[in-house]
Amino acid sequence: MQTHDHEHDHDHEHGHQHGPNPHYQDPKNADTPPPGYYEIMEIAVRELLVEKKLITPGEIRRQIEVLDSRTPALGAKVVARAWVDPDFRSRLLANGRTACEKDFGISFYDDTELIVLENTDKVHNLIVCTLCSCYPRPVLGLPPDWYKAKPYRARAVKEPRKVLEEFGTHIPDDVEIRVSDSTAMVRYLVLPQRPAGTENLTEEQLAALVTRDAMIGVIKVENRSNP
Amino acid sequence: MATTPATIVTALGEEPIFAVGDRVRISVRYPVGHYRVPIYMRGKQGIVEKILKPAAINNEEEGFGRNAGSKRHYYRVAVPLAELWAGYAGSPQDRLLIEIFETWLERI
Repeated sequence: MQTHDHEHDHDHEHGHQHGPNPHYQDPKNADTPPPGYYEIMEIAVRELLVEKKLITPGEIRRQIEVLDSRTPALGAKVVARAWVDPDFRSRLLANGRTACEKDFGISFYDDTELIVLENTDKVHNLIVCTLCSCYPRPVLGLPPDWYKAKPYRARAVKEPRKVLEEFGTHIPDDVEIRVSDSTAMVRYLVLPQRPAGTENLTEEQLAALVTRDAMIGVIKVENRSNP
Repeated sequence: MATTPATIVTALGEEPIFAVGDRVRISVRYPVGHYRVPIYMRGKQGIVEKILKPAAINNEEEGFGRNAGSKRHYYRVAVPLAELWAGYAGSPQDRLLIEIFETWLERI
């Protein structure tokens, strides 16, 4: 009996191919580069967590839905409201998170606070996360790739005016540049200046002018409604 | 929240140690673990611009599973860019603002 078991184990161990064959390449995916170190790490950790029943695949899908439901259009609505409603504007500047929660039902699922930074004739705000990719995801969704890339992260704190010029934004010398490095518990949203000539636009029309980059502070809002 | 009456003694860390306008230096330390003070800010001097509320747990301790009683305040600290970088090309009034946990700030 013992001998049989041993032989069976022996046979099992060497008779079947276990795991992926490293020499096999699926012809359908011949153009897809092999996954990198971090991608393999992520897949391995995720599969382990699922296998140990600490999280479910449904929860991962749900979290992707949470992120997909947040887009710059949300932030644009917040900005347009602040332009037309002075009471909302002051509440937004006093506490960005509670104003977004109360007036727009925007939930802060990542438990971050939100500071809204107002651009004026004297101050221009720019946001960066030098350590990683901290970003006001609850109100803007996923950050753009350049925001997460090292050149922007390194240069925004060192030569912000040059970086802004590369985005086509010229800030006069008598306007103070305030770079906010977002590294811990707080996220930042820039409240851009309302462009001139938009006095007759509705709140909805104003929101359509506000883009993601303006709420990061790399550009100003332009009045595209002008013919 | 109502003002804390004189008969109530608050615990260490409940009230912010620094006030708006205080001059502070960011510590130069290189501990093991996950730290959220970028290297370029260490040893730099600045001014407390805002006290961030509410107090938050020390995420550096939390990384090791230690968080009981570790709540302190974050501060938004402002440093002129011209003091951060030698030969800074922009305007002398340009500033960098960053949130720093209380345990990293020294009074000067």
